[in-house]
Amino acid sequence: MLEVSHLHKQFGDLTAINDISFKLVPGEILGFLGPNGAGKSTTMKVITGFLAPSSGTVTVWGCDVATDPLGAQKHLGYLPEGAPLYEEMTPRTFLAFIAEVRGITGAESADRIRSVVSTMSLEAVLDQRIETLSKGFKRRVGLAQAILHDPDVLILDEPTDGLDPVQKHHVREMIQGLSKDKIVIISTHILEEVTAVCSRAIIIAGGSVLADCTPDELESRSRYHLATTIRFSGEEQLNTHRDALSTLEDVSGTDVSASSVELTLFPGETEGSSQRVAQQAVEYLRGHDADVTGIFQERGRLDEVFREITGLEVRH
Amino acid sequence: MNGVSVILKRELLSYFATPLAYVFIFIFLVLSGVFTFYLGNFFEREQADLTPFFSFHPWLYLFLVPAISMRLWSEERKTGTIELLMTLPVSRIDAVLGKFLAAWLFAGFALLLTFPLWITVNYLGDPDNGVIFTSYLGSFLMAGGFLAIGSCMSALTRSQVIAFIGCGIVCLLFVLAGFQMVTGLLRDWLPLFLVDTIASLSFLMHFSAVSRGVVGLADLVYFLSMIGVWLAATVVVLEIKQAD
Repeated sequence: MLEVSHLHKQFGDLTAINDISFKLVPGEILGFLGPNGAGKSTTMKVITGFLAPSSGTVTVWGCDVATDPLGAQKHLGYLPEGAPLYEEMTPRTFLAFIAEVRGITGAESADRIRSVVSTMSLEAVLDQRIETLSKGFKRRVGLAQAILHDPDVLILDEPTDGLDPVQKHHVREMIQGLSKDKIVIISTHILEEVTAVCSRAIIIAGGSVLADCTPDELESRSRYHLATTIRFSGEEQLNTHRDALSTLEDVSGTDVSASSVELTLFPGETEGSSQRVAQQAVEYLRGHDADVTGIFQERGRLDEVFREITGLEVRH
Repeated sequence: MNGVSVILKRELLSYFATPLAYVFIFIFLVLSGVFTFYLGNFFEREQADLTPFFSFHPWLYLFLVPAISMRLWSEERKTGTIELLMTLPVSRIDAVLGKFLAAWLFAGFALLLTFPLWITVNYLGDPDNGVIFTSYLGSFLMAGGFLAIGSCMSALTRSQVIAFIGCGIVCLLFVLAGFQMVTGLLRDWLPLFLVDTIASLSFLMHFSAVSRGVVGLADLVYFLSMIGVWLAATVVVLEIKQAD
């Protein structure tokens, strides 16, 4: 259990965190979203006990971080922003050091190290100095360090930053593969990450929580949620059919994508209208022999929701 | 105590993982030889003791100890590993102690490597080995005091250069406080008891007392409390500005 209650953090005149509260139960994977400087990293630093809050409390598995930081830190695995590491060490000596600090010794230590090394595919670089490793390997050493003691609460500050797509996929799989009795918080500004791994999303900006819901709910806030998008073979085709499609029953509006071959039909407010729009569109296209390369229903566009919620408008 | 020993071990290994340790030991040994034989006139004095060797230690430490201590915390700040270290289940006191002890042991190791001088003087004559032993002890304790100051200076900044200079200056003040020229000057300005108080805070006074062969309780208390006070200051500094 992790409880953050009425957290405030002031740096001089700057309010980094302004009354953030949330509660996580085991099994939840929280995605922490927000523009740069929103207070994501600061919140994580306060939760891990690195920074003291100006007011408010953080409780990790029953331990108050302010009064019993060591107790709380035993339950925590933390990957700080940028994955700082002791660069003069090798992954092997570094992980051994972390195990020792965490009081894991002997055969158990060897087991745990072997297990995280294979999870993070670090075998090839085990005896290479960390400073000579690529960014991706460094990030994985940082992650290995965070999960070494099989923590109850895992806090990862931009875990996939600087990784290639394959590595990103591995990290997401690792996070999802954690057993169901753990709490995970990841901060990211990659929106697909939230839908890919998180069971809950919190959007913060200016130090305040602006949205706290599931990724699906977030998607449903999008104008594009359940809208029907048709991809035509060319701009000409789109222009021919646009007017007729936009006057279909239940269509409340249309939008043409930047590539000028995709037409989006937005459903109206009434129940079931999204389904009717899709069906009618398909029937119309069949009936008029339109040259269409694809038609699909949108899940919702997170980037748009994100911009709307955080008040960052698109400038064309 | 687990925390202290684990941090100590890591720090000590990291000294030897970089050229720093070897460069430091090399320069320390060369300089202490130069000071002893050229400036200290070891042979010309025709006395079987190591006074010329030890009398230069306060000055030698002034620029060599900051070179060890500057990286203690500044480097952690600079690379961000302080965030890693301080979120591991290790208390701040344990971390400060572990790092300090590693630096102190390392300095002690460098000091031990000057043993050929001791062999030389024993080969040439018949020195008072008791005095030499207490001088070594005094020098080691003084290095500890310097390092504790350096630890605090290093905790204050993320720049190793500033940590180096800060440590050098503060240590210089604590050395000069007992230097005769300075106490003579102060005597014209301040009442005697203040001058004595200032002089009694000096490394120089306590070190010369110990290197005469007498380890007084006052000197021992002085060195250990210097170390204690400056390490406590390090803990406080880290507590106040951990994240800067």
